[in-house]
Amino acid sequence: MKKLLEIKNLSAGYENQVVLENVSLDIFSNDFIGVIGPNGGGKTTLIKTILGLIKPISGELNLLINKKNIGYLPQVNQIDKRFPITVFDVVRSGKADTALFSSFHKNRQEKEKAETLLQEMGISNLRNKSIGELSGGQMQRVFLCRALMNEPELLVLDEPSTYVDNNFEGELYLKLKELSDRMAILLISHDVGTISFFVKTIACVNRNLHHHPSNIISEEQLASYNCPLQIITHGDIPHTVLKLHDEHEHHGHHH
Amino acid sequence: MDIIIELFSYDFFVNAFLASLLAAISCGIVGTYIVSRRIVFISGGITHASFGGIGMGYYLGINPLVGAGIFSILSGMGIQLFSSKGKVREDSSIAIWWSLGMAIGIIFVYLTPGYAPNLMSYLFGSILTVSTGEIWLMLALAIVIILFFTLFYRTILYIAFDEDFAKTSDLPVGLFNYLLMILISLTIVLNIRVVGIILILSLLTIPQATANLFTRDFGRMMFYSVGFAFLSSFIGLLVSYFADIPSGATIIFTQVVIFGLVKLIKAF
Repeated sequence: MKKLLEIKNLSAGYENQVVLENVSLDIFSNDFIGVIGPNGGGKTTLIKTILGLIKPISGELNLLINKKNIGYLPQVNQIDKRFPITVFDVVRSGKADTALFSSFHKNRQEKEKAETLLQEMGISNLRNKSIGELSGGQMQRVFLCRALMNEPELLVLDEPSTYVDNNFEGELYLKLKELSDRMAILLISHDVGTISFFVKTIACVNRNLHHHPSNIISEEQLASYNCPLQIITHGDIPHTVLKLHDEHEHHGHHH
Repeated sequence: MDIIIELFSYDFFVNAFLASLLAAISCGIVGTYIVSRRIVFISGGITHASFGGIGMGYYLGINPLVGAGIFSILSGMGIQLFSSKGKVREDSSIAIWWSLGMAIGIIFVYLTPGYAPNLMSYLFGSILTVSTGEIWLMLALAIVIILFFTLFYRTILYIAFDEDFAKTSDLPVGLFNYLLMILISLTIVLNIRVVGIILILSLLTIPQATANLFTRDFGRMMFYSVGFAFLSSFIGLLVSYFADIPSGATIIFTQVVIFGLVKLIKAF
């Protein structure tokens, strides 16, 4: 069991606004952590700090692996879906360290790797489509391929189940479970109920971070972690979503 | 047809032909980047800010295009600086540089004693009066752009598509953003003589929009854009010559007609 990352008393945020305060977290090679918390609680800020996209305000963040060995799947709404780029090029961009003078390389290995990943994900047929032509689930598969191009030691996913049909959601989580044998995974989700079947531990992020040592978490524990939640039922599948920070008083209403 | 061949015996027409070809190369490639990255408005700001340099050139008695080059690069940097460091919203930052450049230009032109020759050709373009010296500059730019986009094709594509992801892969995102901003500025300045400050955004966007109807691949879009840009510039050049109407405006009108026709054909 190898330590990949250590965060100590980290504060981070934007301009004059502190979003995360005094956060500590260690990530090991066999971790599968579900990151939950209300919108605006700092989930995305946490992973952007881990990825080096945001500089910490104070505290320590020690990356014990090469930054290139972190696979990253951003929120889909950060992507310009009308950008003229093919699926194959998006996947290849996951191995960008060869991009700088790529015109001089044959890149055969890189292309083969991309083909293999597309095949594994069952989307080889979409190879030459532009990303604008894909459905939500197809697009997430493509971005998962891109995140896996570098054989990451740590895979970071920001809400991979948004804009995705229920079928693919299940498929995605099974895929992640399979991948978690090979790499550490940090999965952001607003849907505690579903991810708790797959993740090993849960981290509640709401300005602070509480790393809960198991994947079973009670309403009381969540409340004590400053992560209040409500349970909503869609048909047969219980879905659990988190309440917003300032909605403490209201109790779970049914949709 | 004979008439067209005969036209090529005139030096000014050969220059105009070469100018339309070289403009198509630089604007086709750089414009694809601009359109894909949705920085058309920034490019508009740079274009109009360059008028400040043209006015300064007149006032100081140097080549107005040199002044335009300085102003466009400074405004490109200024727009980025204002919005990243100065906490000004980007579109406001663009508008500030856009109008500041135009204002400086107007003041300088007013202060310049006597009449400012060729002022209209900088504003609206005059492809038939492009000089041989300018052709050489345009050729140099076209070569630089082709080399840059060939050597760094994937880096440019990856950064343009997803800047955050490119940063996580340690690509030199900041450096490339500045280099591309300089190339955009130079492309704008050296093509001012072809279609003019007021109209140059067209060469950077309309052929690309036409190309986009055929492909959603960054590389192919560049090739097709160069093709459509050249086609419309050359047809526009001929029409403007024979009908004796302004060349810049005719070229743009041709671009829009081609775009419309292609869209219409594609609809059936």
